[in-house]
Amino acid sequence: MTPRTLYEKIWNAHVVARQDDGTCLLYIDRHLVHEVTSPQAFAGLRAAGRRVRRPELTLAVPDHNVPTTRRIDATGQPIPIADPASAAQLAALDTNAREFGLRYIPDGAAAQGIVHVVGPEQGFTLPGTTLVCGDSHTAAHGALGALAFGIGTSEVEHVLATQTLRLAPSRTMEVQVDGALGFGVSAKDLILAIIGRIGAAGGTGHVIEYRGAAIRALSMEGRLTIANMSIEAGARSGLIAPDDMTFAYLKGRPMAPAGADWDRAVASWRTLATDEGARFDKSVTIDAATIAPTVTWGTSPEDTAPINGVIPDPDSFADPAKRAAAAQSLAYMGLRAGTPLTDVAVEHVFIGSCTNSRIEDLRAAAAVIGNRRVHGGIKQALVVPGSRLVKQQAEAEGLDRIFTAAGFDWREPGCSMCLAMNPDKVPPGERCASTSNRNFQGRQGPGARTHLLSPAMAAAAAITGRLSDVRELMA
Amino acid sequence: MSGVVRIAGRACPLGLANIDTDMIIAADHLKTTVRTGLGAHAFAGLRGQGSALDDPAYAHAPIIIAGANFGCGSSREHAVWAMMDRGILAVIAPSYSDIFSGNAFKNGLVAVELPQSAIDQLMVGATDSEITIDLAAMTVTRGNLSFDFTLDPFRRQCLIEGLDEIAITLRDDAAITAYEATAPALGWSMGAAFTG
Ligand code: SF4
Repeated sequence: MTPRTLYEKIWNAHVVARQDDGTCLLYIDRHLVHEVTSPQAFAGLRAAGRRVRRPELTLAVPDHNVPTTRRIDATGQPIPIADPASAAQLAALDTNAREFGLRYIPDGAAAQGIVHVVGPEQGFTLPGTTLVCGDSHTAAHGALGALAFGIGTSEVEHVLATQTLRLAPSRTMEVQVDGALGFGVSAKDLILAIIGRIGAAGGTGHVIEYRGAAIRALSMEGRLTIANMSIEAGARSGLIAPDDMTFAYLKGRPMAPAGADWDRAVASWRTLATDEGARFDKSVTIDAATIAPTVTWGTSPEDTAPINGVIPDPDSFADPAKRAAAAQSLAYMGLRAGTPLTDVAVEHVFIGSCTNSRIEDLRAAAAVIGNRRVHGGIKQALVVPGSRLVKQQAEAEGLDRIFTAAGFDWREPGCSMCLAMNPDKVPPGERCASTSNRNFQGRQGPGARTHLLSPAMAAAAAITGRLSDVRELMA
Repeated sequence: MSGVVRIAGRACPLGLANIDTDMIIAADHLKTTVRTGLGAHAFAGLRGQGSALDDPAYAHAPIIIAGANFGCGSSREHAVWAMMDRGILAVIAPSYSDIFSGNAFKNGLVAVELPQSAIDQLMVGATDSEITIDLAAMTVTRGNLSFDFTLDPFRRQCLIEGLDEIAITLRDDAAITAYEATAPALGWSMGAAFTG
C-alpha cells in the first residue's frame, strides 16, 4: 500500500461521500462551541425546525466574554455580568446548550475554561478524530493527533444539523524539528521561531505535521502550544502523531474511552503515525539547538527575533510590501530600528490564553519568579489559568501564592486579555508582554502594543519591567 | 430558505468599489446573538455622505448596484445578515471577495456578476424603472436593457430550489447514518456528560 501521512489516514477514515471534483462530505466526531460564534447557528436550526443530529458529540463552554474576576459569590450564587451584550451572548449559550441537549460546562462550573484547554483536559479531544469549533485556534487539538480546524457560523450550524462538513482536501507540510531545545527555551519559543521562519502565510492551504526529536520530547502542554499557533503560520490545522505520552495524558480523563474500549482505542491510535516514506507537499527542517528565547517586535506573529537581538531595520527586508508593513508595525509599536529588545520596557504582563495557560505554563512562570517581586514600572500583571481545574491544581501546588506574593493578580479562567472582549484590556499606547498568540493591532484593546513570548519570558519581563532574557534570571 | 427565481424591484445605485465588510456592518455589532436586527446598522458608515443610500427613493430597494471587490475584508457573516435584514435580496457588481460570495450563497443572498460596462449603464436612470434579475433565464433586465450573467450551476440550483447547504447534505442522510454505524471514533463510549 502507498505510504500515507497522518493527515491522509484521518481524512480517509472520515469520508462519508466523495464528489467527482475531490470535495468530500467529511464526518465530524467532535464539536466544541463557545458563546460568540454560535448563537446565530442555533437560531438557524430553530428557524428551519432542525434538531442537533448528535448532541452528545458537541461540548459547549463559555470563555470569550466571561469576566475573570470572581464568578460565584460567598453564598454560591453566580455573580451577574455587567456588560449587557456579553451577558446576552452567555445567556444564549446557556439556553441553547440546555434546549438542544448538548454536553455543557456552564460559567462558574468546576471544569469551565477556554474551549481549547477544556477539550483535551476532559478527554473530549481524542487522537484520530475530526474536531471543529467556530474559532481559528482549534488547531490546538492537533497536538493529540486530532484533525482539528476552525469554522464559520454557517458551518457551525451545518455541523450541528448534519455532523458533517463539505470540504476540499488540504495539501500537507512537514515541519521537522531535530535535536533538543536549549536551556531556558520552551515550546512557545520554538513555535514563534517556526512562524518567523516560514512566515504568517507559509502554511496557507496546508495542514502542518510537526515531527522530529524536539517535538517528541515535548510534554502534552508544549505540544498544545505548538499546534495552537499553526493558524498564525496560515495553516488551518497542525498535527502531532499520538504516542505513549498522548495516551498517558488521556487515560482516565472523564470523556475518554475506558476499560476494554480504551485498549481498542489505543491499538487503533497506534496505527495513525505517518508511514515511512510518505510524501509531504512541502518540507521544512529546523535545528532546535539554534533557537533562543524568542519575542515578537511587530504586529504580525511572523515578526519574531531572538531576545538577544535588536529591533530590525525595515529597510533590511528585501520584499517591498514587507518593508512597508515593518515600518508601519514599528510606528504602531512605538519602537526604533536598532534598539536592543532587552531595552524595551513593558507596563503590562499577561500570562494566559489557549496557547499558554496550562499547568506546566504556570509552573514555568512561577519557577522564574521564585520569591522575587513584580517590577515597580508594571501597572498590571495578570495570571489567568486556562480552566478552573488548572487553577485548582495550581493552588494545590501553591503556585497562586508565588504569583500573588510577587504582585500578580490571580484570576478566574477565560480568554481575558488575549482578545479583550471582557473587561481585561491593555490601554491605548501601552505595552504588554503576553503569552497569547496574536499581536495584531488592537488585539488586546484599541491601541494596545503586544509582544508575544513564553510564560517563563513573561515572568522575567514582570520582574525586570522590560523584555529580558530569562536565561539570565535562571542562572 | 425559500427558493428564488426572480427578484424585481428598485436597485440602489451605490456604485462604489471595494465596499468592505466593516462598511457593511461595523465591529461594534458583533456581540450579538441573532442574525436578525442588524439591518438598522447596515452600511451605517456609508450613510450621510450623499450616496444613493441617503435617497428615500431607495429606502426599500431589494437590489444594490456596486463596484468591484464587493464584501472584501473580514470574514464576518454578519455583513450578509445585516443586508438581508434590511430587505436586500441581491447585489449586482463586477466582482466579490471569495468569503463574501460564499457567505452570501450560504444565506440565499443572490450575488450577480456583471461587467463594469453593464454596471455603468444600470447606474444611470435607476429611479426610472425596476430591475428584474431572472435566475432561470440568467438575465438582468431593465426596460430595453438586458444583460446575461453566469452562475456556478450548483449554486444556481441551490438558490432556485431554496436549498441551503444543510438541506443538500441532509439528502445524504442515509450515507451519514451508514458511516455512523462503522465510525471508529463513535465506537468508543464517552464518559457521562460533565454537569459541573
Ligand atoms: S484564548 Fe484567545 S485565541 Fe484562545 S480561544 Fe480565547 S480568544 Fe481565541
